Amino acid sequence: MSAPLLEVRNLVKSFPGVRALKGVSLSLGHGEVLAVIGENGAGKSTLMKILAGVQPPDSGELLVDGQPRQLRSVQDALALGIALIHQELNLAETLEVGANIFLGREPTRWGLIDRTKVREGARVVLEQVGLRIDPDTPLSDLTIGQQQLVEIAKALSIQARVLIMDEPTSSLSVHEAQALERLIKDLRSRGVSIVYISHRLGEVEAIADRVVVLRDGENAGSLPRESIRREEMVKLMVGRELSQFYPHQPHQRPSVALRVQGVRTVQHPIHSLSLELHAGEIVGLAGLVGAGRTELLEALFGVTPPLSGSIEIAGKPVQPRSPIEAIEAGLALVPEDRKHHGLVLEMGVRENISLASLSRDQNAGFLNHPRELALCEEMTAAMRIKTPHREQPVQFLSGGNQQKVVIGKWLATAPKVLFLDEPTRGVDIGAKQEIYRLMEEQAAKGVAILFASSEMEEILGMSDRVLVMHEGRLSGELPREALSEESIMALATGSAPSTPAPAPARAL
Amino acid sequence: MKKILGILGLLVVVCVLTALASDSFLSAYNLENLIRRSALFGILSIGVAFVIITGGIDLSIGSVVCLVGCALPWLLTVQHWPLPLALLAVIALSLAIGLAHGLLITKLRIQPFIVTLCGLLLYRGIARGFTQDQTVGFGTGFKELRSLATGKIPFLPGFDLPAPVLFLAVVALLAAVFLNRTIYGRYLLALGRNPQAARYSGIQTDRMVLLAYVLSSGLAGLGGSLFVLDVNSAQPVDFGNFYELYAIAAAVLGGCSLRGGEGGIVGVLIGATLMQVLRNMITLVTTHNNVEFAIIGAVILIGVVADEITRRIAANRRAARALQGASA
Repeated sequence: MSAPLLEVRNLVKSFPGVRALKGVSLSLGHGEVLAVIGENGAGKSTLMKILAGVQPPDSGELLVDGQPRQLRSVQDALALGIALIHQELNLAETLEVGANIFLGREPTRWGLIDRTKVREGARVVLEQVGLRIDPDTPLSDLTIGQQQLVEIAKALSIQARVLIMDEPTSSLSVHEAQALERLIKDLRSRGVSIVYISHRLGEVEAIADRVVVLRDGENAGSLPRESIRREEMVKLMVGRELSQFYPHQPHQRPSVALRVQGVRTVQHPIHSLSLELHAGEIVGLAGLVGAGRTELLEALFGVTPPLSGSIEIAGKPVQPRSPIEAIEAGLALVPEDRKHHGLVLEMGVRENISLASLSRDQNAGFLNHPRELALCEEMTAAMRIKTPHREQPVQFLSGGNQQKVVIGKWLATAPKVLFLDEPTRGVDIGAKQEIYRLMEEQAAKGVAILFASSEMEEILGMSDRVLVMHEGRLSGELPREALSEESIMALATGSAPSTPAPAPARAL
Repeated sequence: MKKILGILGLLVVVCVLTALASDSFLSAYNLENLIRRSALFGILSIGVAFVIITGGIDLSIGSVVCLVGCALPWLLTVQHWPLPLALLAVIALSLAIGLAHGLLITKLRIQPFIVTLCGLLLYRGIARGFTQDQTVGFGTGFKELRSLATGKIPFLPGFDLPAPVLFLAVVALLAAVFLNRTIYGRYLLALGRNPQAARYSGIQTDRMVLLAYVLSSGLAGLGGSLFVLDVNSAQPVDFGNFYELYAIAAAVLGGCSLRGGEGGIVGVLIGATLMQVLRNMITLVTTHNNVEFAIIGAVILIGVVADEITRRIAANRRAARALQGASA
């Protein structure tokens, strides 16, 4: 057998405070679709960035056609025919499709861009990806799915042999996702190899020739075509039986903790959103990227106050126009973007934990030092935050410990209703379990929890009930008994009719 | 803390070198003058430090010094306003300027650099306008008022403390307590580092930024009043020229980062003093003053580069240690 097209051995990569990869190996054959799966923080994105030359590994080997290579830049990778299709698309919105495809290597004639060649070249590759549009169309006129196809066309135009797709379907409609699936099969038949990263195990079952599972920066196992099954994949991903991993017990109480009626967000003003959370209930908020989950949470928390609608907390009407008003009303939000919205990275653990409670604990404007210290001790212990000392700047903590600091900051405010936006993004598996345990503890204490997540297993494992969003509206609600990846995806991609909405989800 | 020791060390070195090079450096007359200047610039520097801590900048300080420094004698000697009214007017004027800057920056989201650059041009122009570019001063009157700046407080036999030191002491004490002991000080430090995280944590960041600009202009107004009381007259064309740069340089030397979120009052005081000792050294030791800016510029650059290098070394060490911890 000939050498694999692409092979890596013992890749190690560290970032300040965390070892993202601890010796990962994999190989990719010609015309193979290899799915790389793993929970958040397993090291998938780091591995892909190394394969695409975005960042170098600390150690380990990378071989292309059996030859050891060093990828120092994206250009090095492209020269070897390896192209990364980013989760966030890397296209210039203001340029035309053709110009995007040839960006940085425009064909020229007498020093000027040869527009005819651009158009013709673009047409060829656009046809290969099944996109029938004029190369002169401005990119901004295309849907996200079409833009993604343009990016794939761009990779084909440089004769890419390896396409790395990082969660390509995370913002696609069902129809677009199916088209992408067909395209992947078509590319494979023409000998292009594909590394496919996805959180959607259903998709992986459908298209992968082989599955490599990463867990906590290490190879957790691999599955050949015939044994790719959901249960097998999940078992390898979490490293034990599911029931042990998600410690979920139902806790709901009859009292309504949060009632939201007719809220319209600035980003999706045409949809009116209504929901209810009971005390002690854990509700998952599912949906594709861009479905409006973060916008809803931020509207309720007063970051971007809603345009209209009413909010009640434990029966009391509130109108948070800013986060401080939301905090005083008993809300807390663990934001999606930990580094930009959750933490002051240069400040220590103590100062971060107390930041949202300073105002409550003040002595006529002065800091309450003993209280602050007590709060820090309490949260560090309760969250099991691993830090050399409480003044350690949080930028030097691992992602998991950083996230625990953010959660600790919000639990310190003793909220009645806790919103978590992607609470386990970029954290290792140990921290993840601790976060689930904390969610359970809070729910047992009667806190109502609404958590948005793109990770299907987490939604399935932790929710008493799931609300699903699609293009800015609440497209449905599923009780725990009716939860499955398929039922959630049908609502998230708008391919199922809205569930007959129970009272709280009724559009006003 | 290390940072303060570093800058303190630099101050001591410059003082010793100057004392060795010039006999008059340690004379009571020179020291009193030096301390008076340091105190006056210290007040301006504390003001701008608050703005720098929020991640902003205030370029208008010198022009506010000019505007207030011209307005006070002009109101008193040309317009013949009663003293309390004139004082009230300049206080209100400087606070209003800060409020205007703050509103433009927080509500309209105009960059602080632009807002205060326009202020720099505007206030000097206004001062030159209403004085018709003529020198204004107190003449021989207002001796008691002027003693606020020119007066001396007996301290050691043969050595008196200049009165502005009292003002500085009060301002510095209040500023240090505000910055280190109140929740608002913590808010300023947090929002200077990460305004988004501060906002998500329930901090009313706009109000805090507004407050910083009001403090900066207010202290510039206080400084401007004391400056003109000290020298007795102000020429609108160059009174307070470049003072914003001395104040910013002092704050940066004293440990405030222009990235925001960092700084302490003690460091700023040492920075302000260092700036004045450098100027004093140039006057005493060199025969011509025209190299002043070159020397000051070089010293600041060296200080900031040294600070950045030590910071990087410390960060690398810390990351390495954290990594060992993570893999252990």
